[in-house]
Amino acid sequence: MAEKIDNEQVRKVAKLSRLELTDSEIEEFTGQLGAILEYVEKMNELDTETIEPLAHCLPVSNVFREDIAKESLGTEKTLANAPKKDETYFLVPKILDDNSGA
Amino acid sequence: MEELTAKQLRDKIASGQIKSLDAVNDVFSRIEKYEPVIGAYISTFKEQAIEQAEQVDKKVSAGEPLGQLAGVPIAVKDNMCTTFGATTCASKILENFHAPYNATAVEKLIAADAVIIGKTNLDEFAMGSSTENSGLKKTVNPWDTTRVPGGSSGGATASVAARMCSAALGSDTGGSIRQPASFCGVVGLKPTYGRVSRYGLVAYGSSLDQIGPVTQTVEDAALMLNVIAGHDSSDSTSVNETIAPTYDYLEKLNEPVEKLKIAVAPQLNAGADQQVQNTLHEAINIYKNLGAEIIEVKMPHLDYAIAAYYIIATAEASSNLARYDGVHYGHRTQNPKDYVEVYSKSRAEAFGQEVKRRIMLGTYALSSGYYDAYYLKALKVRNLIRSDFTKAFEKCDCVMMPVAPTTAFKIGEKTSDPLQMYLSDIYTIAANLAGIPGISIPCGFDDKDLPIGLQILSPAFTEDKLLRIAKMYEKENNWYDKRPNI
Repeated sequence: MAEKIDNEQVRKVAKLSRLELTDSEIEEFTGQLGAILEYVEKMNELDTETIEPLAHCLPVSNVFREDIAKESLGTEKTLANAPKKDETYFLVPKILDDNSGA
Repeated sequence: MEELTAKQLRDKIASGQIKSLDAVNDVFSRIEKYEPVIGAYISTFKEQAIEQAEQVDKKVSAGEPLGQLAGVPIAVKDNMCTTFGATTCASKILENFHAPYNATAVEKLIAADAVIIGKTNLDEFAMGSSTENSGLKKTVNPWDTTRVPGGSSGGATASVAARMCSAALGSDTGGSIRQPASFCGVVGLKPTYGRVSRYGLVAYGSSLDQIGPVTQTVEDAALMLNVIAGHDSSDSTSVNETIAPTYDYLEKLNEPVEKLKIAVAPQLNAGADQQVQNTLHEAINIYKNLGAEIIEVKMPHLDYAIAAYYIIATAEASSNLARYDGVHYGHRTQNPKDYVEVYSKSRAEAFGQEVKRRIMLGTYALSSGYYDAYYLKALKVRNLIRSDFTKAFEKCDCVMMPVAPTTAFKIGEKTSDPLQMYLSDIYTIAANLAGIPGISIPCGFDDKDLPIGLQILSPAFTEDKLLRIAKMYEKENNWYDKRPNI
C-alpha cells in the first residue's frame, strides 16, 4: 500500500500536530512510525469491502436533553489554571499582524 | 488490618469493630514504609483522609446511615479529576493542574463515604503498558522490584498489591486495568463501555476509555462497581438504565452460573508463554470440574486487534490532546516568538516521547490521503472484531483467555521498541474495541513467583454474570491470600 514514511512526511505530521520536534526526534520517529505502520498494514489481509465502519459500540445515537441553561464554571474557576491571564481573558501573543486589515 | 478486604473492612467499620481512623492511619504507615520502594503514588492526602475518616467514625457512633464504602481507604488513578490536589495524568504538561470539579466516579466514591487517600501513578495520559512512560515517577512491581507493575494503571495495581489502599479506581483503554492487575496479582475489572461515567476522566481514546475497579477480590470489584456504575447526565455515552439496567452486583455474587458455557480460542492462546498457557488450562479445568461446558471457538479477527487499536486509539488521542495548547491550562513555553510557538513549543517541551509518538501516529492516520487506508480501515476491522465476539457469545456465556502473553517483564526491557510494547496488549485490546466487559483475576504464579491472571470476557452489560463466573473460580483457590514480600 503506502510507501514507507520518510523524514519529510514526519516533519509535516509534526507541523500538523503542533509539535516542535528536534532533528533527532524526527529521525527516531521516522523509524518507529515506519515499523508501526508496517505492522498495521496487516489489516490489508482482510477484505472489508462490504463491512461498515464501527466508530463506537453503544446502542445509542443522538442524545438530547432539555435546552435549559445550567450553572457554568464561572470566570474565576475557568481562568484558575491559565498560564497567562488578564482579569477576564486568556492571554496569547498577537495572532494577526498590524497590516492584516483586522 | 491489611489482611482485610475492602468489603470486610467496611463491615467492621460499620459495626464499630474497627475505626476508620485506625484503618486510614494503618494505610498511611504502610505507605510510609513501602512507598519509597514501590512508588505507586503521585500524591497523597493524609490530613484530608484523617478528617474524612473521623467524620465516618462520627456517623457510625451516631448510628447514621452509611455508604457502601464507609471509611474504606481508596486510591484513584491520577487521570481522574479531583478538586483536591493536582490532576497530573503523570504528565509534565499537567503537573500543576488543579481541576475545578470532581470526576463523577470520584463523586460517587465520596458519596459512598469512601476515604480517598491519594492518586496513583500511570503511563503519561494512560498511554503505555508498563507505567514506565510516567513523566513524573517510577513505579515498580511489588512482587519483584526489578520488574514493571504493568500499565497504564500500574500505580493503582501496585498500591492494591502492596496493601497501600484497600481498593483503587483505574481506567482501561486497551487493557490498562486488566494487564497491570494480572502483573500485580490483583483483580481488575473493565466494565462495559458506557457502564461507568467518563465525566472527569481525562480523555485518551474516547470510544474506548472506561473507568473500573482494582481490588483484592472479586467481591470487592462487585462492591466498587455497585458504587460507580450508572447513568450520568454529564456523560452522554454513559448508558441509561432503560437500555441496560445496573444491578446490585454483590447480591447474587455467590450463586454460581448454572449451565455455564465457556469458550476458548486455542489458536489465539498459542501465542502466550507456555507457563501462562498451562495456568490458563488449569483454571479452565477447575471450571470443568464445577460442571462447566468448554467449547472451542475461532476468533479469526482478534489477530488484527492491535493493528486496529493503535490506529483508532491514536487517532482519537491526537484529537483529544489538541486541547493542551499552553493557553487554557497546563505548561506554557517561555518567550514564544508567535502564537504558533505557544502551541508547538509548549507541547514539545512538556509531552513525553510516547505521547508525542501517538499524537503523530494518530495525526498521520487522520491526514488527507491516509484516512481511508488507515482510520476507516481500522473502524471496519473493529466491526469484524466485535462480530467475532457476537458470534462466540451466541454459543457461550463467556470467553476465557490469558490477560497478557507473559508475566511482568523487566524494567527497561521494552522501552526502546514501542511496537514490542504494543504487542504485549494482544489479549486485552479486543474487549475495548468491542465495548464488552472483561475481568482479570489471579490464577497462579510462574516459576519466578510472578502472578498470572485469568481473563474472562462476557457480553455487553453482563457484569453481574461476569463477576459470578469469576467468583466461582475464586472460591476454589486462595491465590488472593498470597502476598508479595516487599
